[in-house]
Amino acid sequence: MRKKIILDSHQLDITLSRLCQQVIENHNDFQNTVILGLQPRGVFLAHLIQQKLAQQIKNPISLGYLDVTFHRDDFRRRDTPAKASETKIDFIIEERNVLLIDDVLYTGRTVRAALDAMIAFGRPAKVELLVLVDRKHTRDLPIAADYVGAYVNTVDTQRVLVEWEGHGAKQNKVWLVNKD
Amino acid sequence: MSKLSQRHLLGIKNITREDIDLIFETAENFKEVINRPIKKVPSLRDVTIANIFFENSTRTRLSFELAQKRLSADVINFSASTSSVKKGETLLDTVNNILAMKVEMIVMRHASVGAPHFLSRHIKANIVNAGDGTHEHPTQALLDCFSIREKLGAVAGKKVAIIGDILHSRVALSNIFALQKLGAKVMVCGPPTLLPRFIGQLGVQVELDVKKALAWCDVANVLRIQLERQQLKYFPSLREYTLYYGIDKKMLDGLKKQIVLMHPGPINRGVELSSDAADSHHSVILDQVENGVAIRMAVLYLLAGAN
Repeated sequence: MRKKIILDSHQLDITLSRLCQQVIENHNDFQNTVILGLQPRGVFLAHLIQQKLAQQIKNPISLGYLDVTFHRDDFRRRDTPAKASETKIDFIIEERNVLLIDDVLYTGRTVRAALDAMIAFGRPAKVELLVLVDRKHTRDLPIAADYVGAYVNTVDTQRVLVEWEGHGAKQNKVWLVNKD
Repeated sequence: MSKLSQRHLLGIKNITREDIDLIFETAENFKEVINRPIKKVPSLRDVTIANIFFENSTRTRLSFELAQKRLSADVINFSASTSSVKKGETLLDTVNNILAMKVEMIVMRHASVGAPHFLSRHIKANIVNAGDGTHEHPTQALLDCFSIREKLGAVAGKKVAIIGDILHSRVALSNIFALQKLGAKVMVCGPPTLLPRFIGQLGVQVELDVKKALAWCDVANVLRIQLERQQLKYFPSLREYTLYYGIDKKMLDGLKKQIVLMHPGPINRGVELSSDAADSHHSVILDQVENGVAIRMAVLYLLAGAN
């Protein structure tokens, strides 16, 4: 298994700061905006983004976890049922601006399921998508991110691995892994 | 692991501790789902499930049906009293006819012990046992243990007394298997005539005095007297049963500790449980009903997804 670094911890920090600035540009004081991190791996990124935003914004920023397992379209098409994680949304998203956050955008199917799952908590005014890594030319569905940390050209035999400090890794890093 | 070791849920006896843990984890997520404003998820959208009930049921059938509908499955209901079974059709023929209509899962309750096991040897569909005679009722045991875990934090190390008609109870047997797999200590308590003769061989304690059982336990799971299954007289009168084995609020309040009171329903108020006990703060009976839907959603989801 060969690994190549895409973003080291320093680069990743700069990227996160830039993403936060872009989000602030569009959402001002965050009075009507909430963040939903997609389970399982998008939640770590959502927490980091929330922390960084909190340094610049006075209003509290609501953060929820959204699990899309029960809304996936590949149920009964895989050998084992996908394992669910916790959904924790302590607020109503009706008429709010929702910022969906995930680590990697690949086929777009997770995001499709997320849009479906989210509706159970209300009808948002607007939904945007923030991803750390956008794998170009791999989409199965017409879905695009509004905020992208890094674009990466990949093929199907490769995998993008995002490591988070405190969650099995020493530093925040993004790798490109060859599956061979 | 996110897959059950079995294709069917026939009983607790033949599933593993890991299976139970997986069902509980999944049920926790479904419990969150059924408390949302919109309680439905599309997981089982292309699955058809037949609920085949050869024996009466209100709670279990409604709970299964609700679980199936919350998962977006297509559901057909069948009850033996209104069917061709009355005309002499065999179980296998009845089920094969239902399967010919492209049904993928069967939830079955039957008065004969082993009926779902027999079916599982002859048909391809996933089978969930919703009670077979006096043998097993696996989803009830799972929801009971899930409720204990929710209330007390864990099942391991807890003392659970199952009180009442053990002889005719499938809930008792499934509960004994489930509680032991999860590391609880189990006691059965009832009149000697309603305790199976060799029950001690399952590794449970046997107690004839309900007051001693209550003083011992952390959880009391009280069972109904199943008059419909009793061909003989097992005790002189219901009044006498209540006198010796009925539980009321005074008995619960008189204990030096807080215990959890459970009942799988339907309750015969004033027989095994007095009304003030059933409605007291000790009781988690309605939590059990809510957890029943979440547990059944988890079981159906995990079985359907393993194809």
